[in-house]
Amino acid sequence: MMAEASTKRTSAPGDWLKLLFVRLGILPFLLVIAIVVFSLMSDNFLTGRNLMNVLRQSVYLTIVALGQMLALLTGGFDLSVGTILALSSVVGAMVMASIYGALPEAVFLAISLGFLAGVAAGSMIGVANAVGVAFFNVSPFMMSLGMASVGFGIALYLTGGVPVYGMPVEFGDIFGFGSIFGLPTPVWVALLLIVLLWVLLYQTPYGRYFYAVGGNAKAARLSGINVRGTLFATYVLCAALAATAGMLLTARLDTGEANIGASMPLESIAACVIAGVSLRGGIGRLENVVLGALFIGLVQNGMNLARIESYLQTVVLGALLILAVIADQIRLRYVASLKD
Amino acid sequence: MAQPAPLLATRGLTKDYPGVCALDAVDFDLRAGEVHVLFGENGAGKSTLISMLSGANTPSAGHIERDGKTVAFNSVHDARAHGVSAVFQEFSLIPQMTVEENLFLGAEHCKGVFLDRADMRREADRILSELAFDLQPGRSVQHLSRAEQQMVEIAKAFRSDLSVLILDEPTASLTDHETDQLFRLIKGLTARGVGIIYITHRMAEIRRIGDRITVLRDGKYIATLDVDEADEDRLVELMTGREVGAIFPEINFDPAGPDVLRLEGVTTVDGRVLEVSMSVGKGEILGLAGLVGSGKSEAMQAAFGALKVGSGQVVYQERDVTGHSPGAAIRDGFLYLPADRHDEGLLMMRPVRENMALASLDVPPFKRGIFLNRAGERRIVKDLAERLNLSPNLPERAVDHFSGGNQQKAMLARSLTRHVDLVVFDEPTVGVDVGTRQAIYRFIIDLAKAGTAVVIVSSDLPEILNLTNRAYVFYRGRIQAELTGEDLTEENVLANFFEKEIA
Repeated sequence: MMAEASTKRTSAPGDWLKLLFVRLGILPFLLVIAIVVFSLMSDNFLTGRNLMNVLRQSVYLTIVALGQMLALLTGGFDLSVGTILALSSVVGAMVMASIYGALPEAVFLAISLGFLAGVAAGSMIGVANAVGVAFFNVSPFMMSLGMASVGFGIALYLTGGVPVYGMPVEFGDIFGFGSIFGLPTPVWVALLLIVLLWVLLYQTPYGRYFYAVGGNAKAARLSGINVRGTLFATYVLCAALAATAGMLLTARLDTGEANIGASMPLESIAACVIAGVSLRGGIGRLENVVLGALFIGLVQNGMNLARIESYLQTVVLGALLILAVIADQIRLRYVASLKD
Repeated sequence: MAQPAPLLATRGLTKDYPGVCALDAVDFDLRAGEVHVLFGENGAGKSTLISMLSGANTPSAGHIERDGKTVAFNSVHDARAHGVSAVFQEFSLIPQMTVEENLFLGAEHCKGVFLDRADMRREADRILSELAFDLQPGRSVQHLSRAEQQMVEIAKAFRSDLSVLILDEPTASLTDHETDQLFRLIKGLTARGVGIIYITHRMAEIRRIGDRITVLRDGKYIATLDVDEADEDRLVELMTGREVGAIFPEINFDPAGPDVLRLEGVTTVDGRVLEVSMSVGKGEILGLAGLVGSGKSEAMQAAFGALKVGSGQVVYQERDVTGHSPGAAIRDGFLYLPADRHDEGLLMMRPVRENMALASLDVPPFKRGIFLNRAGERRIVKDLAERLNLSPNLPERAVDHFSGGNQQKAMLARSLTRHVDLVVFDEPTVGVDVGTRQAIYRFIIDLAKAGTAVVIVSSDLPEILNLTNRAYVFYRGRIQAELTGEDLTEENVLANFFEKEIA
């Protein structure tokens, strides 16, 4: 009797949605809603060309979100990703422009050295974050907030606030506007990074360590895991990814800019949280984070098509982030009620 | 004469969660002045029952009666207004606040809009002295011992008139001395007519303070008996639904092999371990007894590399390894399984599989080349889950969603995931039901039979007496005594729990 009653209750449609929500989180629901709403608002939304646009525009956020995910997994976060984008853009462009200026023949030398210099410069911010968090126990919030200011200041100081010109055209042609087999180059780069990170996270022990450190640092240490080393790798990897995104964006803009990336900390955290990455650490899947970043790109694109003003778009984005966090809390409550 | 209405009763109390029925039409009653023990395996529904009695949870069906009248507890506040208070295993104290601030949290005494500190101090002093708790109201809770924090938690229940007190495994982290103190308090309360609902797995406690026992199994009411008519075998049988042999298995103590680990005059930097010298041999099960905070766990943590050694030497397999990291210790086959599985042992939100494999991801069959061998991992975990009787046998489920006993299995399984020569079990059976305890003991003995050196750090005296043939007794960071064979008796161990001169 009792058992019958309880199975009847669980088979109600509301409970199915609830179960789906507990399993998958808020993202699938938001995706469906976004696609329905925007296709109603604009006929151009659900076209192959537009969706390719979304893909191309979302590349930068996707790559940054990959790094942000690592920071969130270990129970921290990185507020300096925007600055890293800016610093890598400025330094990469300056190095590239000066090599190109000195040796106009060595286009590819200039491009590769400039790219590397940009990524290295951005990664140094990550190293600073890593030292603070892993060795001096500074909270990731303070550390990355401080470094965001430091990095932004350096980027402005280096350029005097003026965009950096003089990079070889080939840089923009290949990494900004080029495409291979019909897919834009930046998308290929993002795909490569996603695959590499997926292998690291799910096919090597080191990936498991990110989850373990965020899940319970004490338990991880007593299980023989190098907690400091893992935290160190987290912030350096996060910065290297953000810096790569910075160089790709530089190629797209054809200039080195100190003013890019300001919305990246918020958007990357939003992409992760909407994708079900826990702010308490230890939970989150890479595939979902990629979807989360694409979702944000989709919303921005849809709002553009629907001619929603850009100021209002920021409002929507902030609201979405908070909604995702609330949804995560509700989900936790459901999970807890399923526990006993 | 008609029976007076019970102090607190449930009629057909039921709690459904999607897919599970955690509590199934349970009738339960509590009389004034009795200690009513709730007994059952982890996950039998005890916690669900008390969460509803204390207002933390609301029933799906059935109702609660207080003095014969139907009441609805929609919040902990509601329950408290009816004189029902609970002390859960997880305390609801704010560590940064003082004892007094915690006592009145949410029910501050005010003069107008301002706090009336003087009045609260008077009231706090009154409650603490009435309970004979030796606590200073001005002290910050984070500096109190676990036992003292529990006192604060109990004192909170006395802010208002108390008729029913619910205690969920209150002695799990108390020393014997503190337990005595708690029991005296319980006696005093029952004499005043307070009814007490008491959850415990410990048979000795039931006999000491219990009046009646209600057994739950799989969310269902099984039986209620008087303590006099309940012996251990009968209770275990009711609890598990089958006949179970003795809890402690028979052991033939073989002579220990050569030393695996030796501590030579080890003192830790924080001074919690002082000049400890001890050894454990191959195939031996060694016991470390002592009060909470006596240095028994800390000595092992120092040997493992989790606590900094100030002076002295840790010799492992005839090598000086003083100051090695836990990682290095594990690579050498020395594993320490911590006492607090929640805080230091497990990744609660991750699956059992990952928790079992955690300490061995750097060795085959968990690793091939630089990659994880996920098939190997799944195979080993599946074997371990079967061998340890993980219940439910769902290794992909988050550890959080298992009962305490099964969580413990997930952690202890680590000792079977790689080659080990020495395993330290720190409080291996805290908060674990009798059936699982048996399984854990058998598991430890098998490990020792296979030649592994085993150290059991335990505050549960029977565990030391029954499982080991040699034990060190710690007192205030030092080894007070080493007891072997015939000398290893309850009296001898207890005599060394306290200062020698006093004993």
